[in-house]
Amino acid sequence: MTATQPGTRKSRRRDRAMVPEATFTSYYGRPIVKASPWTADIPAYLFLGGLAGASSLLAAGADLAGNTALRRPTRVTALVAILGSLAALVHDLGRPARFHHMLRVAKVTSPMSVGTWILTAYGPMAGLAAVAEAGRLLPRAVADGPVGRALPGAGRAAGAVAALLGPAVASYTAVLLSDTATPAWHDGRRDLPFVFVGSAAAAAGGMAMLATPTAHAGAARRMAVGGAVLDLAMSARMESAMGLSAEPMREGRAGTYRSAARVLTAGGAALAAVAGRRSRAGSALAGAALLAGSACTRFGIFHAGQQSARDPRYTVVAQRRRREAREE
Amino acid sequence: MSNHQDPATAVGYVDPPARKGFFTDTSVCIGCKACEVACKEWNAVPEDGMTLTGHSYDNSVGLGASTWRHVAFIEQPSEGKPPESPPNDDSAGAPAVGLGMPAMTRPGADTPAEERTPFRWLMESDVCKHCTHAACLDVCPTGALFRTEFGTVVVQDDICNGCGYCVPACPYGVIERREGPAGDDAVGLAQKCTLCYDRLKCDLEPACAKACPTQSIQFGDLDELRERADARVAALHGTGVADARLYGHDPDDGVGGTGAFFLLLDEPEVYGLPPDPVVTTRDLPQMWRGAALAAATLLAGAVAAFAGGARR
Repeated sequence: MTATQPGTRKSRRRDRAMVPEATFTSYYGRPIVKASPWTADIPAYLFLGGLAGASSLLAAGADLAGNTALRRPTRVTALVAILGSLAALVHDLGRPARFHHMLRVAKVTSPMSVGTWILTAYGPMAGLAAVAEAGRLLPRAVADGPVGRALPGAGRAAGAVAALLGPAVASYTAVLLSDTATPAWHDGRRDLPFVFVGSAAAAAGGMAMLATPTAHAGAARRMAVGGAVLDLAMSARMESAMGLSAEPMREGRAGTYRSAARVLTAGGAALAAVAGRRSRAGSALAGAALLAGSACTRFGIFHAGQQSARDPRYTVVAQRRRREAREE
Repeated sequence: MSNHQDPATAVGYVDPPARKGFFTDTSVCIGCKACEVACKEWNAVPEDGMTLTGHSYDNSVGLGASTWRHVAFIEQPSEGKPPESPPNDDSAGAPAVGLGMPAMTRPGADTPAEERTPFRWLMESDVCKHCTHAACLDVCPTGALFRTEFGTVVVQDDICNGCGYCVPACPYGVIERREGPAGDDAVGLAQKCTLCYDRLKCDLEPACAKACPTQSIQFGDLDELRERADARVAALHGTGVADARLYGHDPDDGVGGTGAFFLLLDEPEVYGLPPDPVVTTRDLPQMWRGAALAAATLLAGAVAAFAGGARR
């Protein structure tokens, strides 16, 4: 029916207090904007990119501080994560064989184009930094030769460049999502980059806590806890500022992921703060929770967007309100 | 780029032809779907499922990868008097005896006039809007989407890598990645109306406009179409059709006006159109600034994480 439909969605009471029930008209309830054709590859790509970018920061810091035990796993994490991120992105393409067409142009109006170039610069640097860690595995003759001797310096330089590009790798993906007509992604545009960098820091810190002895993981713990706090605070701020499209953030599949993200991130951060320094097992458990929480954050925001695009209410009601506010 | 600048000139065409577009006057659409069929025939667009939706005469449901023209059928209770009672054909003969057979009666014949619902059909042939500020074009990371010399927006099949970014970017939900049928050349690629770029190149009008038997779809120079549309709305208002309105004609709207615009008889959302579409790229400078600030926050956080250890 095209007649005016009262809002049929059952919202929880706490939602109703914030967003009044809206009546709206649509074409047989069909979506107006199209949901992205993206699948689990894309939230995985967002998560792994964040993990890589923030890991490079930890690695460079550890390098400068002479903390080899922290530097090694974070450099390796950065490389493995960025390769995984790239693989997920290519796997998602409708025509993966044409991935290189991304390199035909550089467009500031396309966050995916900007991101491609950031990754093109970042990936080899993260790779070189990780390869430098393999120096100790080389045969004695090679390690003592010119290549072996150049490796630590090259690793340090490449790691520094990767660390400077890492924050861009972690944050541009927020613009990638926001620059769409998907209501929940576009409406969160102000706070989403901060949610993403917070989540990235929590993930990288968490991974480093898993892989590093507690005595050497102090910086990782501090980054993890700080990132978790930033993620939780900015997520809450984002939801309260989003208006109608905050609803799909709390409902359905997205709601489940978001709840899990909150519990895992808050729990992981609390455990890291309390037991992270004293207990190796506690540190590892906290790290794993933070990693999982970061992944849930990305999957939650991804699915919230998909849900908000599939229901015409989030497009029609919000736009009508905007139009009416302008006409008044 | 100014809203009122010709989009072809703005992207660097020197002395391009006049901007071309569609004016779709839904008040004369009869829902014949000739446009849908003509589009598929000319552009070799595959069928998109021969299933019935069950909610109306609309079986193609909406614009998508394999529906570049779509006729919306809106069955709507209308205001005004219910239709006159039809003459009772059985009044002359003896009362019919119920044999349990399917009856051949007119719709509504068994319903008293006062219980009948006043009703109207709205039909609208929808198409890609060819926006002045096109989000799909802005976000395309390969340059597969481009602005033609006619001011329209077209996908190059041999460049598109199927990333799908244009799909959620479009505020009208037009462009889509084709998922089937297997063997089709365009599977995995973004697809939408080209405004028959190949026909325009040969001074032909687009297939849909050519096939339209009621001139509901009018093709031509956009400036002239806008004048024609203004005159048509004024004429309809003069005959008492107060709900007639134009959609997409305003160069000051959120997408800088569209190359394909419409005369509607009800609110846009009734037809499945967004009430106040905006090209999301409009907010991009603000979004990049936010991302830069967030990146700086992460960098500062990392420095603090190490400095915190040194202090202790």
